Amino acid sequence: MAVKVLKPGLATTVQDLGRPGYYHIGIPLSGAMDRHALVAANLLVGNDAGAAVLEAVFMGPELEFTADATVAITGAELPPKLDGEPRETWTSFKVKRGQILSFDFLKQGARGYVAVAGGIDVPVVLGSRSTYALGALGGFKGRKLEAGDELPIGSAGATGKDGRSVARDLRGQPAGMPTELRAMPGLYWHRITEAAGDGFFSDTWKVAPEADRIGYRFKGGKPLEFVPREPPFGAGSDPSNITDACYPYGSIQVPGGTEPIVLHRDAVSGGGYFMVGTVIAADMDLIGQLQPNTPVKFVKVDMNQALAARKSRSELLGKLHSALA
Amino acid sequence: MQTRFSFGGDEHIFAEVGEAMSLEAFFKSLFITNAVRDAKIRGVTEICPANASYQVKFDPDQIKPDDLLTELKRLDSASEKSEPVIKTRIIEIPVLYNDPWTHETLMRFRERHQDPNGTDLEYAARINGLDSVDAFIKAHSSAPWFVSMVGFVAGLPFLYQMVERKRQLQAPKYLRPRTDTPKLTVGHGGCFSCIYSVRGAGGYQMFGITPMPIYDPNQNISYLRDFMCLFKPGDIVKWKPIDRAAYDAAVADVDAGRFAPVIRDVSFSLTEFNRDVDAYNAKLDGVLHGR
Repeated sequence: MAVKVLKPGLATTVQDLGRPGYYHIGIPLSGAMDRHALVAANLLVGNDAGAAVLEAVFMGPELEFTADATVAITGAELPPKLDGEPRETWTSFKVKRGQILSFDFLKQGARGYVAVAGGIDVPVVLGSRSTYALGALGGFKGRKLEAGDELPIGSAGATGKDGRSVARDLRGQPAGMPTELRAMPGLYWHRITEAAGDGFFSDTWKVAPEADRIGYRFKGGKPLEFVPREPPFGAGSDPSNITDACYPYGSIQVPGGTEPIVLHRDAVSGGGYFMVGTVIAADMDLIGQLQPNTPVKFVKVDMNQALAARKSRSELLGKLHSALA
Repeated sequence: MQTRFSFGGDEHIFAEVGEAMSLEAFFKSLFITNAVRDAKIRGVTEICPANASYQVKFDPDQIKPDDLLTELKRLDSASEKSEPVIKTRIIEIPVLYNDPWTHETLMRFRERHQDPNGTDLEYAARINGLDSVDAFIKAHSSAPWFVSMVGFVAGLPFLYQMVERKRQLQAPKYLRPRTDTPKLTVGHGGCFSCIYSVRGAGGYQMFGITPMPIYDPNQNISYLRDFMCLFKPGDIVKWKPIDRAAYDAAVADVDAGRFAPVIRDVSFSLTEFNRDVDAYNAKLDGVLHGR
């Protein structure tokens, strides 16, 4: 069984829950930007929670099925059509051999997840099927999909039923405007003045067009003012430079003090820009669903608040598992 | 050196060993990250040494952030007593300096450079007080370099020159980063050289290109079959300037699967190195060439 790619969409890639353990040599985690939506899509079609699916950004692909299958689309509101007939998102449905799955224009969010019962069966590389395009690693031939690709599908378990759906309160999608991203100040926070730090958290930022799997750039807030210093040897002369160091996932670097960049699943693992803090793990999925121009506020939290948010996100995932068990 | 610790969100601890780059800070980072690996701490998922800092990623559902911080502080103070000696490898990297491919690229992005009327090598020679490109190439390739960090992208080594600080070559990054850099370009920014493992964006000055692949996700290259990335932090690199004929021959050898890199095991003592840098580097050169 295979799925033929008739049209690839903008940047559709194979992703699972990622490839931990190789960040120290520059190979990032990769995997779904919105992990909760990936798990939901898989559970809907009876897959293991971490099976490989397609992640489509802003625009869906057009796919032809060479055998009967069960599929589900979650994440962004990217309305599916089967041979032109509308289908629901967050709901599993049957596809007959020869039918074509396509998508309407994006209504909300940024990334849709297309799960097929049996999972996308590309080779496992370093423990994962996720695509890391910058390193031409994993996924389908290490790259985004192209027209003419044929994706192998694994054999489906018995639980791939159609007509199952995920209740709205279990979807974990961003709610409200502006979107709030909780962040812990730290790392090189001491490099900016107190006023700049206050401004960072009180300003409303907007997602810039340069927003991808490596990182999300934000603009529209006030430039950050630095505490004066003598540049340390090896750091470089710009006040935003540091001696090249590791970058945490979710870390917020601000090159030149102007436009913050939050690193995401395909993060560059290190570099020479200072960071003001880190978006907490519980809010990383939300970033994956932000479109350019979306207003965003960074909300200052401490470790206890971050751990409480983590617990509540993990409880949501637990409820999703129970609902689709 | 007092290490500064900070949480990077709820899943990382970031430790800055030194604000400035130094071999001492790098050695301490390498030592502590090795100790963290050996300690097999429950919940630790990634251990990343960097030039003068390191980072540990963890799962706070398995270990409390404060407990891990306490453990890292304990390992940090224990490292003060350890002898700065490592068992590592010395690797020869052939380089065609002033090659046509980086030259084409640097001309294409000239308006983003500090010196639009020269080349990156001419600029780097001048600002380092050297009277010619040849003198710069000699300064770049005569002493070995430490791989002080691997990252940015898959398998890319940051390299730190093993000479006294006053002799270290330095060059700023481009004014605005390029959108293109040839694969296997030998670059330089600040006090670090690097080898671009993949084609892509970059801001470092471009000096040359190596015919020797350092990253192969398909693992077809003979010496990358065990693992797709050549470099590990702590490796020592010695550049070997080659001409175009030798470059073409090496590329043909790589394509035919018969290229054999020169890699030797070596023990490195920071204390002995600091006693007489040139004599110690000559000894390392001897190890590389079986003398």
